[in-house]
Amino acid sequence: MFPELTGYLFPNDVHIHWSLMIVMYPYITGLVAGAFLVSSLYHVFGREEFKPLGRFALATALCFLAVAGLPLLNHLGHPERALNIVVTPNFTSAMAGFGILYASYFIILLLEVWFVFRIDIIDTAARSRGLKRRLFALLALGVYDTSEEAQRIDHKIIRVLAAIGIPMACLLHGYVGFLFGALKANPWWSTPLMPVIFLFSAMVSGIALLIVLYQVAMKIKGMAIDREAISAMARWLWLFMIMSLTLELLEIMMLAYERAEEWEVISHLLTHQLSFSFISLQMVGGGLIPLILLGIVVLMGSYMDDRIRNTLTMVSSLLLLLQVLAMRWNVVIGGQMFSKSMMGFREKYVPGLFEKEGILAAAAILFIPFVLLVIFDKFLPTFRHVGTQEH
Amino acid sequence: MAAQDNHRKLPSGAMSRRDFLSRSGSAVAGGMVIALILPEDSSAGTSGADYDWNRHRWVYLIDTSKCIGCGSCVRACRAENSVPEKMYRTWVERYEIPMEGEAYVDSPDGSEHGFDPVANGLSVGKGFFVPKLCNHCRATPCIQVCPVGASFATRDGVVLVDPEHCIGCGYCVQACPFGSRFINPETHTADKCTLCYHRITKGMKTACVEICPVGARRVGDRENPDDPVIEILATRRVEVLQPELLTRPQCFYLGLDMEVR
Repeated sequence: MFPELTGYLFPNDVHIHWSLMIVMYPYITGLVAGAFLVSSLYHVFGREEFKPLGRFALATALCFLAVAGLPLLNHLGHPERALNIVVTPNFTSAMAGFGILYASYFIILLLEVWFVFRIDIIDTAARSRGLKRRLFALLALGVYDTSEEAQRIDHKIIRVLAAIGIPMACLLHGYVGFLFGALKANPWWSTPLMPVIFLFSAMVSGIALLIVLYQVAMKIKGMAIDREAISAMARWLWLFMIMSLTLELLEIMMLAYERAEEWEVISHLLTHQLSFSFISLQMVGGGLIPLILLGIVVLMGSYMDDRIRNTLTMVSSLLLLLQVLAMRWNVVIGGQMFSKSMMGFREKYVPGLFEKEGILAAAAILFIPFVLLVIFDKFLPTFRHVGTQEH
Repeated sequence: MAAQDNHRKLPSGAMSRRDFLSRSGSAVAGGMVIALILPEDSSAGTSGADYDWNRHRWVYLIDTSKCIGCGSCVRACRAENSVPEKMYRTWVERYEIPMEGEAYVDSPDGSEHGFDPVANGLSVGKGFFVPKLCNHCRATPCIQVCPVGASFATRDGVVLVDPEHCIGCGYCVQACPFGSRFINPETHTADKCTLCYHRITKGMKTACVEICPVGARRVGDRENPDDPVIEILATRRVEVLQPELLTRPQCFYLGLDMEVR
């Protein structure tokens, strides 16, 4: 089927080369960065209210990071050559940094997870038999020291790793924003605000994901939802969503007020091609509504019944998860809905359900980390009952 | 170079000329394409073995006042380079600029089959054709962004893609401000105009230049002091596309209008 077009497009600009997969990639790395920073709020900054989530947030970051490369691999015309990025990197390309950033962040995260769960790994090895015992003995890397002295050193190392991880997570995700922001050919992408917007929206999506997962996990495990943790997450979520929404609006308002040349194209883009995903989803449904709901939670939280607070934060988080997805879509797909002739538009783009880079593939990739998380939790306790000693 | 500014007479006069060409275009092209695939015995053709890329610096010159929009170049390019359907290494745009109001621009199928007569009811003040292709920029964003170095510039000034090394990420396609690149659906790698590198390094012209019936397209060599194209660049007022982006295009235009982007 040939796309519906208006105006004049350069003949090669009719195609959407960066598909749904390229929407998923920054979405997933955003979730990673956000979840990691929540765990760091506890491990580095000692925010005690995040204690119940410290381990779980870290496991979540790891499970999502494990699949972050999949959408890219699925998108590449030649995935078998993917390692060329590492073997023959062209360092003038922002993208060439991918392998290095991804690998080093992965190592930091793995190390931190190992130190945080080390005692549990040893416990599990000691308590089980057969294959499981051997597997966990292997995971313990031959270190069985669980003395208090050893645990104290663990804590120090975790703190350092988490601290190194913060700039690494920011780099990994900020770099994705940079990929778009540094392309002068595309006025919808080319803004220094892009990496900043990406970072703030990453925080939003990561915290929102943890709020949803935490509540679901507590329900499944029959554990009590920690009031302090939810209230604190709601506060941080509110702050980051305000920042993120403000930046997103500022970018548009600057263009509009400047009456920059590109505004002609972008105003048309926002009011036509992206009217639903930008105005309805990103700004109103996923922006204004959670802003109000979270505002209620934050400002009136102390008078609120736990169930209402939990429901309001849950609904806001789900809306914000959608908002950030819409934002990624609007950036990636929106930037390809107009031609670089600045005279023509593609009317719409709907990814196919069964296409190689279609909706089903995206859903499958997004589903994997949840499975990984369940498996992780089966072997290593991501939550502990309140009151037990925790890292 | 006497032929410029005759687009003032365009509306009535050019129309019939266009009509004639769009009808006869494919016939002409058919013949010329055959000429292109004939053995390389013609004119200055060499085997290319003694080609020294340090002794050439290729540029391209388009005289928009000469182009008649026949689309032969687009067909010749497709035939010569096996360009997949609906993808274009070169194309021709038609501009119709009314006395008042917005310019009307089109390029149906990249002008591969020429143009239909003007039917938008505009009272056209001026009209012209603009052939487009890769600008082989010297400071090009496509090479800058290629993560693996598959996009590169030759010493003689041609921007190429190594299809054996390209991973098909599409970053260069996004980075090109001129829409000159695409992902080839057959090879799944980035694809673009090669300035017929396989031909120019053997002393031949590019397919599009070879076939252009009016001499609107020309290839020049900066290292050749007697090259008439270089003389034009040195003495006439030439322009490039989107100069504000500072990509330093090596494809130059005569008679460009401010409407052209």
